[in-house]
Amino acid sequence: MRWLRALWEGLRALSGDDAYERYLAHHARAHPGTAPLSRRAFYLDEERRKWSGINRCC
Amino acid sequence: MLGRFLGIALAVIGAFAVGGIALHRHEPINALWLITAAVCIYAIGYRFYAAWITARVFSVDASRATPAERLNNGRDFVPTHRWIVFGHHFAAIAGPGPLVGPTLAAQFGYLPGTLWILFGSVLGGCVQDMTILFLSTRRDGRSLGQMARDELGPFGGFAALGGTLMIMIILIAVLALVVVNAMKGSPWATFSVAATIPIGILIGVYLRYLRPGRVLEASIIGMGLLVLGVAAGGWVDQSAALRGLFNWSGAGLAGFVIVYGWLAAIIPVWLLLAPRGYLSTFLKLGVIALLAIAIVVIHPELKMPALTQFTNGDGPVFAGKIFPFVFITIACGAVSGFHALISSGTTPKMIGSETDVRLVGYGSMALESFVAIMAVIAATLLDPGVFFAINTGAGVVGATPQAAVATISGWGFPVTVDQMQHLAREMGEHTLFARTGGAPSLAVGMASIFSSTFGRGLLAMWYHFALMFEAVFILTTIDAGTRVGRFMLQDFLGHAWEPLGRTSWYPSVLFTSALIVAGWGYFLYIGVIDPNGGVNILWPLFGIANQMLAAIALSVATGILIKSGKLKYSWVTGGPLAWLAIVTTTAAWQKVMSHDPHLGFFAGASQLAHKLASGALPPASAAVAPKLIFNQQLDAWLTVIFTLIVWLVIADMLRVAVRCARGLPTHASSEAPREVSRLQPAGGGS
Repeated sequence: MRWLRALWEGLRALSGDDAYERYLAHHARAHPGTAPLSRRAFYLDEERRKWSGINRCC
Repeated sequence: MLGRFLGIALAVIGAFAVGGIALHRHEPINALWLITAAVCIYAIGYRFYAAWITARVFSVDASRATPAERLNNGRDFVPTHRWIVFGHHFAAIAGPGPLVGPTLAAQFGYLPGTLWILFGSVLGGCVQDMTILFLSTRRDGRSLGQMARDELGPFGGFAALGGTLMIMIILIAVLALVVVNAMKGSPWATFSVAATIPIGILIGVYLRYLRPGRVLEASIIGMGLLVLGVAAGGWVDQSAALRGLFNWSGAGLAGFVIVYGWLAAIIPVWLLLAPRGYLSTFLKLGVIALLAIAIVVIHPELKMPALTQFTNGDGPVFAGKIFPFVFITIACGAVSGFHALISSGTTPKMIGSETDVRLVGYGSMALESFVAIMAVIAATLLDPGVFFAINTGAGVVGATPQAAVATISGWGFPVTVDQMQHLAREMGEHTLFARTGGAPSLAVGMASIFSSTFGRGLLAMWYHFALMFEAVFILTTIDAGTRVGRFMLQDFLGHAWEPLGRTSWYPSVLFTSALIVAGWGYFLYIGVIDPNGGVNILWPLFGIANQMLAAIALSVATGILIKSGKLKYSWVTGGPLAWLAIVTTTAAWQKVMSHDPHLGFFAGASQLAHKLASGALPPASAAVAPKLIFNQQLDAWLTVIFTLIVWLVIADMLRVAVRCARGLPTHASSEAPREVSRLQPAGGGS
């Protein structure tokens, strides 16, 4: 069971499924008291950032 | 003690397997030999060489805070578990390159490609990726171009930037050509590839509006739809009414791909690029894992000989002797300069501890190299006659099936028209003759591996699934590459006229995207009208460009090592650099100066011009001949420019090295000052 859970969490981290949760945790630590981005705004922002540089190869 | 014993055991098994491969002649060899040799060599390289480099040459410091920790912003700079970074990095570096190059190089036999993939990666490619990753991690995740500028000087930076842009254009063109050749005259393939576009958009809408950012569930839905798309392609192929809609010539498809590339580069990323990026990553990891399992399960015999007569330079798939052209044709999978851009891009910002660079940098490249070995297996388990019938252009073997099989059988690789027709029917295709570019023959190989492992009878499905799989990440590379090329061009043109540099100003976006698309579109178009298949000209050019980028990256790495007082270890990157410099320069020299019209660009141009002038060409060929002549001359000049850039960067690095040795001032090191890490070593380290 613990093993399955680790696999699931690894899969989420690898795919970026948990990116928003990690951002929320970071935001709460680094900028307490300010409002974080919404899930959608964060997603759009992240995609724009990710695909603005070289992130795929031959 | 146990570790040492394990190491010795690996070395013995590895040596035995490599020896077995090298000595096995004139009888079929089992694919397991290749797999065993590969795994042992990677394990030895990782266990000993990479460990020695990280300890002695880099002096990695587990207590030193990485940029991910110091600059943590919860987004791109995030300390991440090393296996997750490994997965991200591998997904980013492994594209279609390690599948196509080894397939083409199989014309020399299975041995040359295999040896170069194994030793090139362990001593060259893995070292390059790991070194650049380490250097960038020490420099706040700066890019290769920035590091070149900071450490060598403005010229190195400019060369890295210019080199990247040029290689990107050649890369996109050759990959687009591979897709077009796989789709031409095949409604099934065309439909299933075309279907990936609306599926991508659907997933994009899902991820933006319906369930923002739920990547996993969206990817699973998307994968299901992609498989459905492949099945639907089969129905389309059967339907007399729909068939015609998806039955296109190469030139028509090239037109679609060009328009598509431009549109994809100007629409927002969330709509198509990002969602399809997720799908292609999942497909890629899944298919590679399946392929590895299937190869071990069925452990096929390789039918291609160890060496063919084409090592002498008369090869039909591409021209040139085994040296230097096997080293040019296989870039990705052995040494790929493009990886240096990823290793100095997103990856160093995720590294949680400096000790992780061995797994992420060296390990990911070893895995990519393993993918290349699987491509060698998939290509060489085909009957050699079938391999050459698929991969040779009509201009070389003759336009009719009868002429093609006669020529190929004459080389000593028997194949019949019946055999090819039977194979084409099994794969759900009209014909498999002259489907150059590597993707179709790889798909045939993969389909036969998959169908004998996971149930026969689905050959046609597997074949088109394999084609769709390759096409999905080729299309992703086309979109992403065009977009990156546009950013670089805008950055450059912004110096001339400021508004052109604004990445959000739509007229500039439209204009610069069109310029980039026109660049690769031109090479794609020429490749499509070339009766020899186009790939035989474009792929060597791509190989030279990619190795050139590797030479630039290794120069930067060597220069930094020397500057930081590691002169006695500079051979670690200097050795691969010297080898690549020799290989690319020899290849470039032959491509430019050779009098053989198949090999030399100028010789090819003048032979064609001669034929045109004497009226020896049929009207259809005469119409396109002037374009082909111009293109060969252009390719020759491009090769000259590539080579000059490489040598200027090497000279620049040597200048810095000499100044360093004499104690003269050089650019100060751009390494970020040491800060002590406050993170617990994640995952135990090693």
